[in-house]
Amino acid sequence: MLVGETVAVAFQSIRANKLRSMLTMLGIIIGVGAVITMVALGSGAQKAVEDQIANLGANTFTIFPGQSFRGGVAQGNRVSLTTDDYLAIRRDARLIKAVVPELQSNLQVKYGNQNVNSPIVGTTANFVEVRNYTVPFGRSFRQGDDESRQRYAVLGADVPDQLGVNAAAMIGQQLLVRGIPFEIIGVLSRKGSAGSWQNPDEQIFIPLQTAQFRVLGTDRVRSISVQVADGVPIEQGMVDLERVLRREHRIRPGQENDFQIRNPQDILATRQEATQTFTILLASIAAVSLFVGGIGIMNIMLVSVTERTREIGIRKALGATRLNIMAQFLIEALALCLVGGVLGILFGSGMAIVLAKFMQWNTLISMPAIIVAFAFSAFVGLFFGIWPARRAASLDPIVALRYE
Amino acid sequence: MTASLTDTAERMALLPADVPRDAIIVTRNLQREYDMGGEVVRALRGVDIVIRKNEFVAIMGPSGSGKSTLMNMIGCLDSPDGGEYWLNGHRVSELEDDELARIRNKEIGFVFQTFNLLPRATALHNVELPLVYAGIGSKERSRMAIDALQRVGLGDRMHHRPNELSGGQRQRVAIARALVNNPSILLADEPTGNLDSATSVDIMALFETLHATGQTIVLVTHEHDIAAHADRQVHLKDGQVERDFKTEATH
Repeated sequence: MLVGETVAVAFQSIRANKLRSMLTMLGIIIGVGAVITMVALGSGAQKAVEDQIANLGANTFTIFPGQSFRGGVAQGNRVSLTTDDYLAIRRDARLIKAVVPELQSNLQVKYGNQNVNSPIVGTTANFVEVRNYTVPFGRSFRQGDDESRQRYAVLGADVPDQLGVNAAAMIGQQLLVRGIPFEIIGVLSRKGSAGSWQNPDEQIFIPLQTAQFRVLGTDRVRSISVQVADGVPIEQGMVDLERVLRREHRIRPGQENDFQIRNPQDILATRQEATQTFTILLASIAAVSLFVGGIGIMNIMLVSVTERTREIGIRKALGATRLNIMAQFLIEALALCLVGGVLGILFGSGMAIVLAKFMQWNTLISMPAIIVAFAFSAFVGLFFGIWPARRAASLDPIVALRYE
Repeated sequence: MTASLTDTAERMALLPADVPRDAIIVTRNLQREYDMGGEVVRALRGVDIVIRKNEFVAIMGPSGSGKSTLMNMIGCLDSPDGGEYWLNGHRVSELEDDELARIRNKEIGFVFQTFNLLPRATALHNVELPLVYAGIGSKERSRMAIDALQRVGLGDRMHHRPNELSGGQRQRVAIARALVNNPSILLADEPTGNLDSATSVDIMALFETLHATGQTIVLVTHEHDIAAHADRQVHLKDGQVERDFKTEATH
């Protein structure tokens, strides 16, 4: 029934008032675009967290040095984990498959005539598998290299970029750490920083004992990562480890731990929840702007009905029914919203791509968000178009024909 | 319901017994009141008119005589408060809004003083408009519209917009639009009111030509020389028919 004619008239009217139509659509464009960009940002952040969880390796948790508190006051001065704790865990913990201690210090590193300040990490040979690294260039050091305190260095994926050298070309080259020569034997796969304050790909790994005895001269470790034995729940592993460390640190029953055990999956799960809340919040704000855009559409449709009162009178005199008139204005509002919706989808997707490309933000354009935003803009068109359309349809043709 | 009877002869049989069988317009004691801010104005106080097929009738009267109200009523733009109205056998006084819209579309061709063309549409599209609402396909539509425009002598102006046409040409477009659906009556409200006298003569000549080819025409005017083109004149005063006579009789 007249659909072709009605759609043609709607687009004719939109084209006749180009600037006004564009400004009216702007509300919808911004609203839909904002929904899509915001959801893309949220989904991207969420995917980054998920990737990070996958990267962690299964069943690992980490112990950090801490302080014991009593009544809010730090007790004693024994606040560190040492390589002795590492040995004790390896010796006594029964439910543990692998232990990876990390000594760390930021040190001056010299390569050729370039200087950088890099985190130097002394660790055991098994860090590669526990931390889910691969070694695309060269190799990592072995347990024997650790025991014989070899001066071998394995670089994080970003170090060659930092130095402006091709990764493959660095294998076998010499690197000075605090003036001590090291041989570069491998470059690790990329982890990605995923929003943490420190980029793990900028670290340089050296054998634990080399670090402890030849470079840093300390047995205090920054952290000890632990991988639970296969088939053992991570919580049980944590209890086992707590028992070993409390005995090692001679903590009496009732006294608090002087170390912290952190399950990174829990931290990430919390962060994921926060990200989700953030996404919902952003999307709601965007939805409000879509709603405001809808009010803009209603406003301009009311103006349009008033302006075209005489046209409505003519059409009614020539035989248009209430339904015809109503359909005409409803389709016009719908057309405004849908054209705005399409432009908004392009604008929002474009924004997400630009943010990803130039600001390195994680974005993920989500198809459901596009569909929902488009459907919502159609709904906005119908919802806010219906009142002006009814007003047009109920005009008295005699009054409308006389309208100046 | 009379509107559902599609056969004209069948509908005509339902007209009151005392009117001729070829009556296109029959009104019986037609009444209409307006509430003007608390004061009731009786615009029509019982109007009885019968207009037969192929008549050319001028409805005359000073302002306030009820002539505009009668025109709205005949044009099915308004419904009476009392009395009855048959148009081409349809008992219009009892119809709902949408049925009235259908009657306007099929039975009436309007010509207005101010032309009332859609400014953004071409002459052709303006003429097509009643056919759009009649649900006629686009090919048939433009064929009929071109035909109507040629009848009023505007075959070469079809793709012009109203603002590219003179007043006389605009009124011809409006007349083509009124004719395109083969209505039972052509209802013209002061059709020459916005035209200069030379153009007015042309338009009235066109009406006479249309009348000669069998078109029933109802013309509402307050100008005597325009009304003189009609065969019959109905003069209204204070909402009632004051005089109803053949034009020849007064000449």
